[in-house]
Amino acid sequence: MTISTFVRHLREGAKSVFRNGWMSVASVTSIIVSLLILGVFTLLVLNVNAFADEADSQVQIKAYLNSDVTEAVRDQIYNDIGSMEEVSKVTLIPKAEGLKDFREKLGEEGKDLLEGYDETTNPIPDTFEVQVIEPTTAPYVASKITALNDKYEEKPIYKVNYGQGTVEKLFKITRAIRNIGFAFVAGLGLMAMFLISNTIRVTILARRREIGIMKLVGATNTFIRWPFFVEGALIGLMGSLITVGVLFFSYNELVSSVKADVTLAIQLVPLSEIGMELGGLLVGLGLLIGIWGSTMSIRKFLKV
Amino acid sequence: MLKRAIYRDGIIDLGRDQVIEMQDVWKTYPNGTHALKGVSVKIDRNEFVYLVGPSGAGKSTFMKLIYREEVPTKGQISVNGFNIGKLKPRKIPYVRRNIGVIFQDFRLLPKLSAYENVAFALEVIEAPKKVIKKRVMEVLDLVGLKNKANRDPSQLSGGEQQRVAIARAIVNNPSVIIADEPTGNLDPETSWGIMQLLDEINFRGTTIVMATHNKEIVNTMRKRVIAIEHGNIVRDQLRGEYGYDY
Repeated sequence: MTISTFVRHLREGAKSVFRNGWMSVASVTSIIVSLLILGVFTLLVLNVNAFADEADSQVQIKAYLNSDVTEAVRDQIYNDIGSMEEVSKVTLIPKAEGLKDFREKLGEEGKDLLEGYDETTNPIPDTFEVQVIEPTTAPYVASKITALNDKYEEKPIYKVNYGQGTVEKLFKITRAIRNIGFAFVAGLGLMAMFLISNTIRVTILARRREIGIMKLVGATNTFIRWPFFVEGALIGLMGSLITVGVLFFSYNELVSSVKADVTLAIQLVPLSEIGMELGGLLVGLGLLIGIWGSTMSIRKFLKV
Repeated sequence: MLKRAIYRDGIIDLGRDQVIEMQDVWKTYPNGTHALKGVSVKIDRNEFVYLVGPSGAGKSTFMKLIYREEVPTKGQISVNGFNIGKLKPRKIPYVRRNIGVIFQDFRLLPKLSAYENVAFALEVIEAPKKVIKKRVMEVLDLVGLKNKANRDPSQLSGGEQQRVAIARAIVNNPSVIIADEPTGNLDPETSWGIMQLLDEINFRGTTIVMATHNKEIVNTMRKRVIAIEHGNIVRDQLRGEYGYDY
């Protein structure tokens, strides 16, 4: 292909976007609608995911020791827990600190409750706070910590707590939200393609004539295909850029209004973290849909 | 007859007289219609041939086979030295560049100007821009539309639109022009203008095969007449007449 022919294809593709007027508007619009829905749901899924990750990471195992455990045993257990491969972090909260924390938690109103307790009569046991690498392993790690009791004649661990029941429920919910979200996004992607191919099917009648004439004067299939390819790419690009513009602007507004509202406990994922990927995805998808739709619509007319 | 070496797409045609040759050509459509039943004919370089016969006799099939819109069910067709029936799909565009086709309904691209419609046939073969401009204006001048080059088909009369179509058909200097009732949509006066144009193109060395129902034209502008009925050639006269009453 010569350069001037290539320039011609680009020019013809661009021209025909304008020549086909309302059909182009319809195609661009259906790309915008599809991508916008897709974008909104992707953002929703991303935020639910971030929220779920946040909730997951707050899963924590607490192991309470009996009050008569010696320091040697305590250090032994500390090392045992620390050497488990699922565990990311172990913190010892000594009983004195535990009492202080508890006092702070109760505040002025509960001051009387802990009146009279001191270093020697402290009812709070030594406590290990255990963080696991993969939140879903919490129940398993908890049972492993409980099993440490078997190494000693007198069980040093009084109780292991990881929010039994609640944690399992949380995992179930976050998993469900993720799966539904991804299924939704995939379904919407397919719907977008269907919408575009339908729009393009309408233009076929006009195109049939055009392609017939091109073939008659001796145009090769490649030559015929190029301007359509360019046209599809342009339509996809226009649709996706408008979508990205609208979506990002609105989302940014939303993020800052959520940030400004101190009564809301949740925080949205800022655009700077996901903008590049999401923008790239939407533009790429727009291009793909546009090109795919346009070339599909002429394919059957290229057969002799 | 002209005896000269013609180089076209790498095929050297040394002094071959026949531009079109059909040998026992049959065409049966998938619905079982026998459009052509063993047609054999030779059309020489520089000839002007009228194709006459009732509707549905096989005239259109005859012409579609020449520009490879259809392939024969049986038999051989050669056009410009190419065996049309055995042509690889990849090669079809190159064969068509040597055949100009004109239709009753003009078949112009409605959103392109007269100039662009004609230039299109040259862009397709990737001719340089300068050549395109020069050649398009040349043929628009020949068909008498130099001053209306920038008009859209909708701004042109039927006769003018057909002139644009003719300009497009000849812009590549084809050796053959296939015209399927080129005057079918035009009033008598305009039709004569088109016929004079075709006659001049033929005079300049292009073979013309034209299907028509216009008795007056065939009987006045005497040329070779091939009559087709029920898929067979029933008459072939060098300076023939229309021969039908409709």
